[in-house]
Amino acid sequence: MKRLFRALLPLLAWPLTGAAEPMLVPDVSQREVEIRYSFSGAELLLFGAIVYPDGRAPDKPADIVVVLKGPEQSITMREKQKVAGIWVNAASARFRSAPSYYAMASSRPIDAIVDDRTAAIYELGLDKLQLSPASLNANAELERFQAGLADLRHRYGLFVERPGAVEITDGVLYQARLPLSARVIVGPYTAETFLVQDGRVVAAAVRDITIRKSGFEQFMADAASDWPFAYGMVAIIMACAMGWAAGSIARRL
Amino acid sequence: MDLYLPIANLSVNALVIIGLGGVVGLLSGMFGVGGGFLTTPLLIFYGIPPTVAAASAASQVTGASVSGVFTHMARGTVDVRMGGVLVGGGVVGAGIGVLLFRLLQALGQIDTVIAILYVVLLGSIGGLMAKESIETLIAARTGRARTARKRRHHPLVAALPMRWRFYRSGLYISPLAPLLLGMMTGILTMLLGVGGGFIMVPAMIYLLGMGTQVVVGTSLFQILFVTMATTMIHAMTTKAVDLVLALLLLVGSVIGAQVGTRISMKMRPENLRVILALIVLVVAFRMALGLGWRPDEIYSVQVQ
Repeated sequence: MKRLFRALLPLLAWPLTGAAEPMLVPDVSQREVEIRYSFSGAELLLFGAIVYPDGRAPDKPADIVVVLKGPEQSITMREKQKVAGIWVNAASARFRSAPSYYAMASSRPIDAIVDDRTAAIYELGLDKLQLSPASLNANAELERFQAGLADLRHRYGLFVERPGAVEITDGVLYQARLPLSARVIVGPYTAETFLVQDGRVVAAAVRDITIRKSGFEQFMADAASDWPFAYGMVAIIMACAMGWAAGSIARRL
Repeated sequence: MDLYLPIANLSVNALVIIGLGGVVGLLSGMFGVGGGFLTTPLLIFYGIPPTVAAASAASQVTGASVSGVFTHMARGTVDVRMGGVLVGGGVVGAGIGVLLFRLLQALGQIDTVIAILYVVLLGSIGGLMAKESIETLIAARTGRARTARKRRHHPLVAALPMRWRFYRSGLYISPLAPLLLGMMTGILTMLLGVGGGFIMVPAMIYLLGMGTQVVVGTSLFQILFVTMATTMIHAMTTKAVDLVLALLLLVGSVIGAQVGTRISMKMRPENLRVILALIVLVVAFRMALGLGWRPDEIYSVQVQ
């Protein structure tokens, strides 16, 4: 459903705006991010051009918002509360579509660009994510959990908001840098770009990015999930061999 | 030196993990314990997901106990029959541990249960060890020897049906007693990533009444095989064994263990036991504080 919505985004914007509207030509610095042994995070450059029908930038400058999203996860969130003197997980909520990664950059603070309703429709901002709650919690509770998730993932570098980080040159070229934390999961990511004028999204475009483990890291992850017995044996043999080797070396010293 | 852990899905400083393994190895060499009770909490504290920490710490305990088992086998201080029964119980216990682990995870209480188990076990064992070793120290100072406790197994053990002869241990008891003991430590190994030596040794002495000369060797024998089984069970079920993490821990701990063994030869055993008791108590105290203080993270996320 989300995927379909994403594919239709440009179409949604189209009829609202009429024929002679600007277009976006976006690109990203890397279509594929490989996680190697030394991976400690990366930075993606999202850039592109705004193509106006008459070839000239309008007098009133438009705004750009870029959103980089990771694969969605179905999650259970738990909240610790003090019960009988100790902190235990006391409340929980389930969400069907929590992004594993979400980063947004905009040319100005988001509340200065669009109103709340538009921001909610396009999921612009950490507080506007549509997590699709799957459990029967009260609304206030769900909001608390959503804020908790945003805070947690923000500190892990998985949720990023960078208002004002999009640079627009001469009204036609834009670029923004977004950080990828080392904790990102592998999978398909999307980079969405929105062109906003007078509080309306007038053009949108999507680029796909793939994050995957490469070489040894991929091999290890595959081995652990596809040949668990062999993987376990390797772990055991490695432990025994190293323990034995250290012991026999030490005896000779 | 940052290194990406392929199963834990995050990057760590390799030197920190090797150093951590080294410290734990040093302690395990000095005190003859596996050190799992330190590895798992320290890894979790460093930010490794608890399941990955417990699964990978088990293989570090394997590595730490291998050379000890060889030495004890050569000296003939392993009761293989008793060890076999303990291992059998341990493997069954590890299997039960998996089920418990899953159940608790589904309930969302695995972290709390692990923390409470640590506090209760380490607190009580540490307290007992501290009491006993301080008494020994005082006795040594005043020159009065403590009256040795008469070696005899617990009355409950004698009540169990069926009896086997364990020659090396000097026992004629029901194999159900060591089987149950093995099972309990197997569950702990699975849940906490500990070898269980710190429970096994006192239980062997005070509950089973085993001869002290075979206690350490037999407990190491049991730990070796049960941690192997645990690693395999984790690999097959939780798939949370991170080989890179395990390798880093092993590098540190096997070196640390050798250094620790040398240090222990130069120190008096009574002093060593006081220090170990204090370390155990400090870890228990820290875990207890973690339960009672407002935690850093109120929220946690579990991916389905």
